[in-house]
Amino acid sequence: MATLQAIEQAVRQRFAEALVEVVVFRGELTLRVRREAVRDVLRFLRDAPDLRFDYLSDVTAVDFLEANNMRRVPRFEVVYHLLSLDYLHRVRVKAPVPEEDPRIDSVQDIWPTANWHEREVFDMFGITFDGHPDLTRILMPDDWEGHPLRKDFPIGGAVSFYFKRGTNEYAGEPPDMIPRIRRQDSDI
Amino acid sequence: MDLDRQMAPIQLGVDTSQSDNVLARRAFYERPEIEPPIPMPETILDVVRWCQKNSLWPVMLGLACCAIEMMAMAASRFDAARFGSEVFRPSPRQADLMIVSGWCSKKMAPVVRRVYDQMADPKWVIAMGACASCGGPHNIYSVLQGIDQVIPVDIYVPGCPPRPEALIYGILQLQKRIARNRAEA
Amino acid sequence: MRTQRAAPGELTPEPSDLPRSEPERTPAGKIEPAQAAVDAAARQTVERTWENLEVLTLNMGPQHPSTHGVLRVVLDLEGERVVRTRPVIGYLHSGKEKLAEVKTYHQFIPYTDRLDYLSPMANNTAFVMTVEKLLGLDVTITCQYLRTLLCELARISSHCMFLAAHALELGASSAFMYGFREREKTYDLFEQICGARLTVSYMRVGGVWVTRGRMPDGWLDRVRAYIDSFPGALEEFDRLLTYNPIFMERTIGIGSISGPEAIALGLSGPNLRASGVAWDIRRSHPYLIYDQLDWNVAVEEAGDCYARYLVRMKEMRESVRIIRQCLDRWPDGPLNIDNPKVVYPPRAQLGYSMEALIHHFLIACEGFKTPVGEVYFAIENSKGEFGFYCVSDGGTRPYRLKIRSPSFASIQALDRLCRGALLADVVAIIGSLDIVLGDSDR
Repeated sequence: MATLQAIEQAVRQRFAEALVEVVVFRGELTLRVRREAVRDVLRFLRDAPDLRFDYLSDVTAVDFLEANNMRRVPRFEVVYHLLSLDYLHRVRVKAPVPEEDPRIDSVQDIWPTANWHEREVFDMFGITFDGHPDLTRILMPDDWEGHPLRKDFPIGGAVSFYFKRGTNEYAGEPPDMIPRIRRQDSDI
Repeated sequence: MDLDRQMAPIQLGVDTSQSDNVLARRAFYERPEIEPPIPMPETILDVVRWCQKNSLWPVMLGLACCAIEMMAMAASRFDAARFGSEVFRPSPRQADLMIVSGWCSKKMAPVVRRVYDQMADPKWVIAMGACASCGGPHNIYSVLQGIDQVIPVDIYVPGCPPRPEALIYGILQLQKRIARNRAEA
Repeated sequence: MRTQRAAPGELTPEPSDLPRSEPERTPAGKIEPAQAAVDAAARQTVERTWENLEVLTLNMGPQHPSTHGVLRVVLDLEGERVVRTRPVIGYLHSGKEKLAEVKTYHQFIPYTDRLDYLSPMANNTAFVMTVEKLLGLDVTITCQYLRTLLCELARISSHCMFLAAHALELGASSAFMYGFREREKTYDLFEQICGARLTVSYMRVGGVWVTRGRMPDGWLDRVRAYIDSFPGALEEFDRLLTYNPIFMERTIGIGSISGPEAIALGLSGPNLRASGVAWDIRRSHPYLIYDQLDWNVAVEEAGDCYARYLVRMKEMRESVRIIRQCLDRWPDGPLNIDNPKVVYPPRAQLGYSMEALIHHFLIACEGFKTPVGEVYFAIENSKGEFGFYCVSDGGTRPYRLKIRSPSFASIQALDRLCRGALLADVVAIIGSLDIVLGDSDR
């Protein structure tokens, strides 16, 4: 099992200019890299013979918009949690993503499990993953507007939401049989 | 104590009395009694209602944790079969009771409505648990605050999840309502 | 279809990617074709018809008796064979990660019950241990033994539900009753210790919920009585299912996946161990007291549905061993730590101690503050690696809480597992993955 310093040294040797920050907190190693280099760093972490992070636990994102000590530019940070089944070490890789250009490379060809995780990050935060074969909403309905886990999305939803009996013309059904979601803009 | 953020936006100032769901619910509860096609003596109708109430077949609509308690009610300890719910029908066309168990998300609401529409009359709905009655602890953008926003509900069973005995009590109350065949209490 | 071993990160090719042979065209304009040519033309027409079978898209909708909750699977079928499956989730999305940003850590504990609602004790433990890791707290030894015992009881209860539901879908409806009978006994134990059958909310940061500072009297003896009777129930399941020809026919060879593919797809827990990968977080990153107890990791090699069933049966036997060892070595001592900023003071002290009253008020209304930072902590749930990633801004609420759910990855693997299966096998595969939609949709 490589120590956290050894993992950090291995990454720093290869990607010295891409590694922005290293944090060790409660026994966990966090590497912040630039988003252009995140694919290369992750592929190196998977393939390096003494690191071999072959298991991707989680892909998620954090929104740093709150007006307190957490406000940060760039606004988003995509977080990857890696795990090595052979060497038993874990690492967290973070890549800042700016608000005006919320795109980052997809890693679903490195670990196929990232497919749905990236779809969920897109659904919840609006971050687009270049190279993802099927970037559609996964948890919310397909016609949902807004990205719920952003800090400026209110917890009760942006528009009030009622159901109305209407016609489902695609199914050719008679009127007043199937409900249609009708949004009613709120005044407040 | 950020209560304003903790509670979802309450719709102050928006008049919902003419909303479709409110009007539909009022129309349902004030509907006239179903007249039999030919005049029948009341004893026959009593027998029909006795048969209906003692053979309520629920449709399998288990959404979340309440579904586990609903299954526990169907299992051997709390045996729903002794109340007539011998089988939980997977097809709504063969069922007459819908026990909505669990929180209904807004993505799922049209599906629940479609399943309800596919059931044949006479049909009854039990909203099981706090989430089906009013949204429960999920005061959030994606959860319907009560299944009665899309389908009319006859019995609300509180609890999170309600014990199987509580759900059986709800079914017994429904049986009493069927025996009386009244739209209100 | 047999699977080939794949390099890490790669999947075997889809059947539609394999090259298809082009049908030969008959020469046009021949006035008097020979009989052999006519036969050849007829054969090619038949072959072309069989090759251009229409793909039927069938919706296995969110309301379905066999989808373990509100999972929708859109199946592309060629006759009876599945070409492609597209699972659609999100029908049970309840935004718990968004709710976590407005609730304090204590207020969020009941929401963790509703994640994997078949083993709520384990969810509570995972969340509470994440917060304790963030705070840098260690709990008392008695609390660790109690948490281990309850997590294993939750695992037994969840696997009994797996047996009940999976066997019911394959036709063994008595197994449903047997499984729920065992679950009812664990429900009784949970109810005796914390008052609730299913959504227990029993764990607290720094310990557990206690009344009068101790557990109910005689509870440990009742657990021992249950554990002594449980192997008999496992024997019943064995006699019913393990060498049952119908069960074996429906599960052996179905939904096979190899170890490297399972790792690439992010499977964890029994789904991964059934493919020969001996990965168990309780063994590799031990938490609570798992490294002090004597137990084995349950592994099978085949990677099919039957192997997943056998792994879960073995895991239940190992859980019985773990619980028995916990009971034998039970330490006496306090259950909660003595940190007044985090743990509620004993109720009796509120009558005479001003500090206790102030601490109680602060914890209840405002919550305890956590240091700035982020942690990820995962436990071995009955479904797999169940983890919480908590980012804290120094306040009393999580700034961001991500729930790493094992069922999310298991459902994603459904397409790969159902490749080439028959329609009835899809039901067996979904059941063998043991998914919980509350966990995957959060």
